[in-house]
Amino acid sequence: MHEASPPPGPQKEPLLQAIDITKRYGTFAANDSVSIDLFPAEIHALLGENGAGKSTLVKVMYGLVQPTLGELRWQGQKVVLAGPSQARELGIGMVFQHFSLFDNLTVAENVALGLDGKETFAAMSARLAQVSQDYGLPLDPKREVWRLSVGERQRIEIVRALMQNPKLLILDEPTAVLTPNEADQLFIVLNRLKSEGRALLYISHKLDEVKRLCDTATILRGGKKVATCNPKEETAASLARMMVGADIGEVKAGSARATTVPRLVVNSLSLAPDDPHGTHLQSVSIEVKGGEILGIAGVAGNGQDEFFAALSGERLSHAEGSVIIDGKSAGQLSITERRRLGAAFVPEERLGHGTAPRMKLSENALLTGHAASHMVNRGFVDKPATLATVDRTTKTFDVRKAKRDPEAASLSGGNLQKFIVGREILREPGVLVVSQPTWGVDAGAAAVIRQALLDLSGRGTAVLVISQDLDELAEIADRIAVMFHGHLSEPIEAALATREKLGLLMGGSSAGQSAGQKEASHAAGA
Amino acid sequence: MLLVLEKRAERSAVIAITSPLIAIALTLVTMSVLFAILGKNPIAALNVYFVEPLTDSFTLMEIAVKATPLVMIAIGLSLCYLANVWNIGAEGQFLMGAVCGSWLAVVTNGTGAGPWVLPAMLVLGALGGALYALIPAICKVRFGANEILTSLMLVYVADLIMDYLVRGPWRDPKGMNFPTTAAFDPVATVPTLIEGSRLHSGAVVACIVVMLAAVMLGRTIKGFEIRVVGAAPKAARFAGFSSDRLVLFTFAVSGALAGLAGIIEVAGPVGVLQPGISPGYGFTAIIVAFLGRLNPIGILIAGLFLALTFIGGEGVQISMKIPLDLTKVFQGILLFYVLACDSLILYRIRLITPYRKAADGTA
Amino acid sequence: MGLLEAIILSVIAASTPLLLAAAGELVVERSGVLNLGVEGMMIMGAACGFAGAWFTGSTFLGALCGIAAGAALSCVFALLTLGLAVNQVAAGLALTILGVGLSGLIGAGFVGEKISPAPNLYIPLLTSIPFIGRILFGQDLFVYFSVALVAAIWWFLYRTRAGLVLRAVGDSHTSAHALGYPVLKIRMFAVLFGGGCAGLGGAFLPLAYTPFFIPGMTAGRGWIALALVVFSSWLPGRLAAGAYLFGAVTILQLHAQAFGLGIPSQLMSSLPYLATVVVLVLISRARGTAGSAAPASLGMVFVPDR
Repeated sequence: MHEASPPPGPQKEPLLQAIDITKRYGTFAANDSVSIDLFPAEIHALLGENGAGKSTLVKVMYGLVQPTLGELRWQGQKVVLAGPSQARELGIGMVFQHFSLFDNLTVAENVALGLDGKETFAAMSARLAQVSQDYGLPLDPKREVWRLSVGERQRIEIVRALMQNPKLLILDEPTAVLTPNEADQLFIVLNRLKSEGRALLYISHKLDEVKRLCDTATILRGGKKVATCNPKEETAASLARMMVGADIGEVKAGSARATTVPRLVVNSLSLAPDDPHGTHLQSVSIEVKGGEILGIAGVAGNGQDEFFAALSGERLSHAEGSVIIDGKSAGQLSITERRRLGAAFVPEERLGHGTAPRMKLSENALLTGHAASHMVNRGFVDKPATLATVDRTTKTFDVRKAKRDPEAASLSGGNLQKFIVGREILREPGVLVVSQPTWGVDAGAAAVIRQALLDLSGRGTAVLVISQDLDELAEIADRIAVMFHGHLSEPIEAALATREKLGLLMGGSSAGQSAGQKEASHAAGA
Repeated sequence: MLLVLEKRAERSAVIAITSPLIAIALTLVTMSVLFAILGKNPIAALNVYFVEPLTDSFTLMEIAVKATPLVMIAIGLSLCYLANVWNIGAEGQFLMGAVCGSWLAVVTNGTGAGPWVLPAMLVLGALGGALYALIPAICKVRFGANEILTSLMLVYVADLIMDYLVRGPWRDPKGMNFPTTAAFDPVATVPTLIEGSRLHSGAVVACIVVMLAAVMLGRTIKGFEIRVVGAAPKAARFAGFSSDRLVLFTFAVSGALAGLAGIIEVAGPVGVLQPGISPGYGFTAIIVAFLGRLNPIGILIAGLFLALTFIGGEGVQISMKIPLDLTKVFQGILLFYVLACDSLILYRIRLITPYRKAADGTA
Repeated sequence: MGLLEAIILSVIAASTPLLLAAAGELVVERSGVLNLGVEGMMIMGAACGFAGAWFTGSTFLGALCGIAAGAALSCVFALLTLGLAVNQVAAGLALTILGVGLSGLIGAGFVGEKISPAPNLYIPLLTSIPFIGRILFGQDLFVYFSVALVAAIWWFLYRTRAGLVLRAVGDSHTSAHALGYPVLKIRMFAVLFGGGCAGLGGAFLPLAYTPFFIPGMTAGRGWIALALVVFSSWLPGRLAAGAYLFGAVTILQLHAQAFGLGIPSQLMSSLPYLATVVVLVLISRARGTAGSAAPASLGMVFVPDR
């Protein structure tokens, strides 16, 4: 039913064809016989969940990864891409999801590194100024990258790709790091590139964007192609079904969600960053009541990491009363002492922060459990107790693993995240602070985790969720505040937090702020 | 064709056990080639090097004597390396332990002091080593100075301090101007285990240290803390473990063990404080720590093996006129192979045919 | 020749091996690799450099032997750390232990032998200018080479595309790989270059500094060179300044010993090592919260996915 729709306009020859691409890592097939045709003057979406094989496919198209089987055809001719430079020579440009930038080099040096170096540095700089002006993407060539915002960094990536005058531009999840407003500006640029006759491959898992922007969509699931279709003719639900393969269970709010007293209070918390590239927290105040989920929205790099560290106690704040957990001043307490007050924490980074990757799950249970449980007895570790925690978490949260006690790194992202969240929830914390709870996690695991957070708050816990995913916050949060440049906005009732309003706040607009406040107070009065 | 590394999903338990053995085998092969280049019969040389010392009770005991400081220092170093703290100045801490302990032996020399002298010397030795090790540790924690370079620089300084003392204030007036202290009194000497041999009770101390370290690393929260800080520093901070405190702790413990080894060596087999009391124990212990896979029992075995190379090295020097430096070459090569083989625990090597060449072939 | 002139001449001579070795290591570290085996490569350079000069009678060929020895040893290091993803700190230590042992083995036959030291430059008239003549125009070729080397490294790092790529690899090997730069190959070349420089720095000792070989004659200079790179904040100009500063400390303590101020000679001898510790502490403290100037990928293992 989802046959390839004929390309719009007169019949054209495909610019790039990927034919039966298979890429195996050991026994695991990241791509299994995937074919895709990209046409000029068309924006082609590549849709799929995390782990569906999107990144592998574009790495093959950019010469970064060699396919195990299959071939690429460029304008009808078979090509073998030995590396990205060869792809660039053909006219393929790429904007990475994880920017391939060099923090300590200048903008101009970063751009130069993405080019073939056949022109002088001065000539390149002049052209950089020209291109960035032409497309309305302003950049200061002499600034070092670490001084720039995330949006500006993406601009470097785009300008760098445009300076090669590419026939095909691949963009890997470009809006993941942008505010809604910045995303709109990006779409203007992309539509202009399309009108110039370029082909664009747009990788995303955001369905509304794809429906708005793209002419054709290819959907991947589990490394295989599911369908190629016209996204404008599909509904978000039908696209989602193709991506996930089944209807996702609705997350249901707990029935009795009476909010009670504030259990986590932050009072005018200011904190200088501990590394030169960090964000300064500016007098952040917030209250989270028992039984409520409070969401912190915002584009990455606006102080969320610093805020999490200040709440968890990985960084101490010396002002009296800046962090209060269940009525006790905790600003100067270590993370262990805060855990003993009944707080629990889930950091954004699963491997390396939330867990020690090369240690067993039982040892990773001990990692946070040693503070406030019976795992340690007079300095000696009670190994059976740590294993029991693993078993309990496995059972309650359906953690799939190859053996009873494997290394953390051997679990899939979703299963490891379920373990990390489950490990904390099983301790029945009074306060839970969780950052990006479902980042890069498959839809099934995400639903389990969100439901668990809702259930926990239903039992009277104060839950603070830091997330970049507005859909997620809309689904589970009772109130949403926005972090921008180290400032935290007043929280808005979730029911009143429209995408536009949050978007303005995420872009630093104070108009959104006052509007939000007004409506929030209005709602409270009603 | 091309060799590439591929990360394993889990560390390979088989290779974790066999890797030191593979490394030793590869080293022996390399050494045979080296002997042949030096114009010696490899089989005969390896026989003198590795087999003959094992056939004689005197050299067997001598191996235990040499292994004692190696094992004690290496245990301390393994704690540092597990925590990703790079103390490479154990040689200096060994010397400072020897110096601090010897101070008591020198001032009580000939005064007829009681049997409290030796225990007090041991305490002073451990304390001296620990304090000396805390210098780079504090420089690192307080100022962020690289501990590799500072701890290593202090080795040269310790060597000069000892040199000054034995040539200056502590020189034995009856010593014919040799740079040495007077021979220690019996109360300042570590008792031997077997009458008439050099095997002393320091070997027992080393075994106790091994057992304590095994219990600490395997069963206690402190051991867990050390391993987490080394393996995943950010996760360790999340667990509430302070890496700064651990830097001080591991440096202090390894310094204390090196210092204790130093004073035991001086008060045991040597009997006086003089230059050259260490044939590089502090550096060889680094190899012992890695060859033993940073595991206490492994270190005990590795320490005995490297002690064998010292004895064997002396053997080939005497009987085959091969310079003593060969032992260092042997140790360096061994460490290389150990590190290379350890890499296979985390990675597997795969042979791949580059796509490009294969495609060119068909085109 | 005045005392001051003599002191300056000897400071330059004492600084040159440090400068050569540190300049090479600076390039290595700029590419993101930490090779702690400088001491081992230097002492091998000294032994092989002496052996080469002794056999051929040519200082130049001796220097080449020193370079080759340092590069060969660094090749082993590269194979392990780049090819097998071995911990760079441990591999560097292994390299030093191996280098010290091998140099002893090679050099054993040459202890007590003498060669004629590298000739000094002599330009009529110019060299005879009082005071600055000898300093500027009367050095051996190693000295001029070391200064030219630092200038060339500066030019390479900041004025050439290859230098830009090298700095990029040291800043983020994942980004460099994603853009298609051969990270391991670039690092391999950097490590070999660093090995050659360390070998040359070591060869300077028996070829120009003292005309004979003593086992262990580098006496920790490799480690001081490593500290110099930290001191320089990975900037070539500051590296040269640091090297001459350390050379000055070494020479001044020798002169102070000669005066016999009643200070134990061991204390004076320990000054270069203590100075290294103090400088490391001061420089680290000065940076404080401003963060380290070290290349961001320094010492980290990189395994590309294919």
